[in-house]
This record gives sequence, C-alpha cells and structure tokens, in this order.
Amino acid sequence: MKKTTKLITAVLGLFGGLVAALAIAAYPEKTISYIIAFGPGGESDVSARLQEPFFKKFTGQNIAIQYKPGAGGAATWSQLNGMPADGYTIVGTNIPHIVLQPLEKDVGYETADLANVYWFHYTPDAIMVPAESPYKTLKDLVAAAKKAPGTITFSGSGTNSANHLAQQRFDKLAGIKTTYVPFKGTGASNTALLGKQVTGSWGYTTVQMMLGEQARCLAVAMEKRHPKIPDCPTFKELGYDLVGGAYRGIAVPKSTPDNVKKAVSDLIGKINKDPEFIAKMEGNGFAMVDVSLAEMPKFMDQMRKLYTGLAVEMGIKKR
Amino acid sequence: MPGIEFLVDALTPVNLLLAVVGVAAGTIIGALPGLTATMAVAVLVPFTFGMPPASALIVLGAIYTGAIYGGAYSAILLNTPGTPSAIATTFEGYPMAKRGDGDLAITLACLASVFGGLVGALFLLGLAPPLAEVALKFGPVEYFWLAIFGLTLIGTLSEGNMLKGLIGGCAGLLLSMIGVAEVGGDIRYTMDLKMLLGGIDVVSALIGLYCIPVLIDLVATPDPHLKLGNQIAGYRLREALTISWRSKVNLIRSSFVGTIVGILPGAGGSIASLVAYSEARRTAKRQSNFGKGEPDGVLATESANNATVGGGFIPTLVLGIPGTPPDAVILGALLVQGIRTGPSLFGEQSSIVYTFIYGLIIATLLMLPMGLLIGRYAFKSIVTIPKAVLVPAVGFLTVIGSYAINNNTDDVIVMVVLGIVGWVLNRLGYSPSPIVLGVILGPIAEAGFVQGYLIGTARGSVLAEFFFRPISMAVIGFILLSLFYPYLTRQWRMYRGVASSD
Repeated sequence: MKKTTKLITAVLGLFGGLVAALAIAAYPEKTISYIIAFGPGGESDVSARLQEPFFKKFTGQNIAIQYKPGAGGAATWSQLNGMPADGYTIVGTNIPHIVLQPLEKDVGYETADLANVYWFHYTPDAIMVPAESPYKTLKDLVAAAKKAPGTITFSGSGTNSANHLAQQRFDKLAGIKTTYVPFKGTGASNTALLGKQVTGSWGYTTVQMMLGEQARCLAVAMEKRHPKIPDCPTFKELGYDLVGGAYRGIAVPKSTPDNVKKAVSDLIGKINKDPEFIAKMEGNGFAMVDVSLAEMPKFMDQMRKLYTGLAVEMGIKKR
Repeated sequence: MPGIEFLVDALTPVNLLLAVVGVAAGTIIGALPGLTATMAVAVLVPFTFGMPPASALIVLGAIYTGAIYGGAYSAILLNTPGTPSAIATTFEGYPMAKRGDGDLAITLACLASVFGGLVGALFLLGLAPPLAEVALKFGPVEYFWLAIFGLTLIGTLSEGNMLKGLIGGCAGLLLSMIGVAEVGGDIRYTMDLKMLLGGIDVVSALIGLYCIPVLIDLVATPDPHLKLGNQIAGYRLREALTISWRSKVNLIRSSFVGTIVGILPGAGGSIASLVAYSEARRTAKRQSNFGKGEPDGVLATESANNATVGGGFIPTLVLGIPGTPPDAVILGALLVQGIRTGPSLFGEQSSIVYTFIYGLIIATLLMLPMGLLIGRYAFKSIVTIPKAVLVPAVGFLTVIGSYAINNNTDDVIVMVVLGIVGWVLNRLGYSPSPIVLGVILGPIAEAGFVQGYLIGTARGSVLAEFFFRPISMAVIGFILLSLFYPYLTRQWRMYRGVASSD
C-alpha cells in the first residue's frame, strides 16, 4: 500500500514536473496580464506600451495591460503575492518606491516580499530650468544658491519621491540649500517650470525629451551623457557623484516556480536587447539597464543600502 | 482658417467612420455611472496603435468628447453624474426630469454640448499657441484661489440651509484629506486601515453619494421613478432650440469658461461646469428658478464641460502638458506613436494636428444627430423600465463602475459606505453636492496653498505671493462678488424700493 502511494506520488511528481517543463518550453502560450501600479499615461505605462509589440514579435502572444493605481503603487504591490503565480501575471515595479514605502510606514508589503525578475530601464534624474532662465549652467545655479540659501525653488513630482531624493542628494553634494516644492505628478511639475513659478525643476531625462526646447537641461544623473540629449552634461563631469533615477522593472508573485521566473526574466531581457526597442526607448528619453534574475540579489542589496541610507538622513525612515 | 487643406484628410471615409464609432462608444461609456472619460480613452488606446497618428487622435478625441456628453444622461435621469464633469448637470437636470421634462433636458444637453465642443475646438484650431500661455500664468496660488472660488458655490447651492451646506462642505474637505498627503507625505485619518492609504477616490465618492441614495429611495417609495411628459420620448428639439437661442449669452459665456478652465492643467471639466453654473445662476434674471429645474443651468454646465475638450488639448499639444486627465492618457499614446508634442508640432507636423482638429470638429458635429438618437433611447429605457429591473441594473453598474476606477474592491466598499451615509444625510437635509465639492476642490486648494506658501517663503513674502499677483487678485475679486452679490442686490432692491415709495 505504502509502495503504491509512493509510486503514485512519484509518477504524479514526474508528471507534474513534465507539465511544468512543457509549460515553460512554450512560455508564454496565452495572453500575459501586465499590471501597472499607476494610472495610464505615465512613464510606467509608456514603457509597457513600447514593450507591447515586442511581446507579440517574440512570442506570438499578447499582453493585456491593466492599471491598478493607488497609494503611490502600494495598492498593487501589497497584493502582488496573492496573484496567480504561473508567469501569466506580471507586475511593474519601481525603485526607489519599493524601498522607501515600507521604510516609511506599513504599506502592506516589505521590499524583500517582491520577487523582481528584471530591471529594464531607468529614467535618470535631470535638473532643468526654463529656456529663458538666466542660469545657463549648473555652476551658475549653484553659485546663486550659495549666495542666497533657500531662495532657489525646484518643482518636482511628489514628496519623498525620486525627484525629491535627487534634490536632497544634490543639495548635500553641492553644499547648498534649495527649496523643493512637491507637485502632483510630472505634468503639474512641468507646468510650474514652464510658467516660471519655480527657478527650476527636478525631473527625468524623459521630461526633458518631452519639453524639448522649452526647457534647458543643466545636468543628468548618468554615467555617460544621454544619446538623445548630448548637450546636457552629466553630474559626474561637473564634479558631483550623482547617478540614479527611477528604475522600472518586472516582478512576479513570490511563489512562482524558479523556472517560470527565469522564463519571464529571459523574455524581458530579450525584448530589452532588441535594437528597434532600444531606439524607441531612448527616443523617449529612457536609459536602458539590464539587471536579470541572476544579478538581482546583488543589485537589490545595493539599492536597499543606498536608499535606506538616504531615508535615514531625510528622516523618512520611521520603522 | 488655418490648415483648411487638411479638412479633406479628416473627411476620408475611414476617419469619418472612426469619428462616428468614437462618439457612439464614448457617449455610452460616459453615460454609465463610474465609467469616466479617462477610462473610456484608456481602454481604447491600445486599439489606436495600429492606426496613423491623425486617425488615432481623431478616434480618441471623439471618444473623449462623446463621454463628456454621455455623462449628462445619468446626471439628468438618475441624479448620478456619469462622469465627474457632469456633477453640476444634476443640479437642474434631475429636477427637470422629475417634473417630466427629462427629454427636453437631454436635448438641451446635446445642443449645449455640441455648441461648447465647437467653441473649444475652434479655439484649439485658431489660437492654440497663444492660449497655451494662459496655462503657464496659473501658479499654485491661482489654483488655490480658483478652488476657493469653487467652494463659494456651496453658499449658492444651499440657499436657505447655509449651515447644513457648510457642514457638508467641511465634511467633504475632511474626506479629501484621508490617506497619504500629496504634499508633505503625511498619513492622515486612515484609522490604520491600509485600504484608506490611497485616499477616497473622487469617482467612488461621487457614485456613492449621488447614486445610492437615489436607488434606496426608488425602492422605498411606490411612485414611478420619473414623471412622463405629455408626448412620450419626443425630441422636443424646437422647444430646446428656442430656449438655447434665448440663452445664447449664457451658452457663449459658459463655453468660454469651459475653454479657459480646460486650458488650465489640473482643473478639468468638473470645475469648468461648476464655475459656469455658478456664473449662470448669479447673472440669471429668474434666480429663484434655479434648483428647481432651470434649463439655463443644464445649458451652462453641458456647454462648459464639452468646451474643456478642445481647451484641454491646447496645453497638451502645444506644451506637452496634459490639460485634463484624459489628455494625460492621450499624451502617453502620442509618445508611444513617436509624436513629439511641443510648439514645433504646429509647424513641422502640422498635417497631423490640423487633420486631428478638423476630425474633432466633425466628431463634435456628429454628436448632434447621434446624441439626440442615443439620448432618446436612453430616456425611453430609463423611463419605461420597471423599477424592479432598473434598480438592480443600476446598482450592478455602480459596483462595476467603482471597481473599474482602479481595479480595486476597496473603492467599491468606500462607495457603498458613503452611499449609505449619504442617504442618511439626505434624510437629515444635507445634500450631496457640498460634500462632493469639498472632496474635489479640497486637494486642489490644499496643494495650491502649501506650494504657494513654500514658494512665497523662498521669494521672501508669503503675503505678496497670495494677494498681490494680478490673476490672484482677479480671482479674489470674483470670490468676493460671488459671496456678496446676493446681499448687494438685496440692498439695491431695498434702496430702490424705498426710493420709489417716496
């Protein structure tokens, strides 16, 4: 009796393994739900929309993009691990959001709960002034800020957001004190910039691409200059060690089998290396990164250290 | 007319068909409570990726303008704004329907929407680049005062019951503060419930406070839902045209208000129609008719909210800054299509822009026959369907609608709870509108105040920032006028009365 049970278990196990292996050999064989933790029209949405045709190109399958905004993304991320763990539900995640939110308050998930499988791009921080601004270079702006601390104002999207962190980091690096004015979303922040309600704006390279000649980019937080904004120097060139921005990636429920995680990671990686895709992303101001499943633990460790340190300094860390 | 040569491109059979389909789809989606214009546009965006850019824009613009109009149906027939833009339409539209003029109200809404839509689109066609500057003149402080101006409407709306109106408004302001503060990041009034971290969604508050009490009352009373007019489900077009002609000044003023408010990013159709309503009421000859089903109210709100469509496209296309929430979605779609918005769009890629604007004008014109037709059908079905079918059907829609906002069941719970609270408050004489005004305007006022305070401090004088900027001073003037106008007119009448009796 015991033997038969064992046998049946073994056969079933083998069968199950086979099914999983088969399933993964053909992944994906149906439409993938791609959940965005924000509303339509933002950077997360635009990059998912740009990926969409390449899912079809490489797999023949469609993706269904859904929006589940709320609490700055936490509404989705807190529910991620309850979603089907079969590789057919993938969720967009963002850094620094997923590091900072759980440090600040109980948002229903911890950073380590999210099984990120790939980080595919980032929007580098950029500092911009209106085209007519008297500040032609970052040096001008820093000099003005040194002369009259607190009088230089920057618009940005959200409180304790990537823009806010960039402002705080730069103030510290440059030894200046500026005023950060949070707005609801990039659109409102840009309005304040173009309307000269503020001296400048902390945004992303994508914002600079969108505003074009209406704004002047003073510096970008990249290792090398952005190919589409070649006139804008990096902070590093100007002597400030500032590289970063908002990273966007894909996560799956934690209980997803490892081979399925890898299949998702590989697929996103494959799309991310397509020259046509890269051209489209860079054309919109995104900067490509490739952090696959294998490099994930190291990368997350690094990011967690960086942003936890900043959160402590800014007094965001409350738990 | 600029770019008239592109009118031909807009008139291709494919683009015409897209405009027809877009308007019809938009109208129906907009009519369903909870399914907003933003959602209608977002759902249909993926279908436009295969299309040429101008066609994609035409269909999205058509859906958008249709949805804004469709919101009037449920506002008039069910006292539930189908989209936030139609809130103010309930003020006069529902009383009209109650007394048997629902068909007339719907025809008026259609005429006003077409007129307002055309005015907005014509401004987009002719004056977009200079008008975009208006968007930039409005800083945080101006938004603060604009929101305060909107809040003065509570006074007008709760005539004879000022205290209850003010209590309702304050309750709405408090509701709007629930969750993580946009500016400052503090967590407020969540009672440690994670579902409240994201705050109360305006649309679920809207559905709950307006629609649920109507549904409960429908079940609780034996009377039929709406009175039937003399002739069943006529268009009453001639009557509507006469009224519209009589109110042409109101129509034009409201359309201008709608266009300007549409240009302001962060304001949108709900505020446009509220401001237009407030102005229509303030300047009306028969003020006492307002609140009891005055056609002028419907004309004002519906022309204003459709004018925001064209107005909202102005900063979207010229500056790359979305004028209204649906514009944000359309802007995202444009980025995916590889179109750069910005001042150069009107130069280098003018063929796309002008084809689109003419397409939008055509779609707006198409709204006239199609809107009348769909409107008649909607009226007929709502009036003739037995209550036993109507109530569960609408109840089902409220749940679907509030879920669909963020694909989240929490919003459904919020909607139901607010609905029951709203019903109790209704019985106690508190109407939903002041509460909803507080919910919508609270965040705008708060963000504007904090941002203005920060900028003012940095510039050296908070006082100067708030009180001595030209546009601020103009808006403050309007606020004072709106607050003291009733008092002043009374004094004037008394003075005249005294004078004539001498």
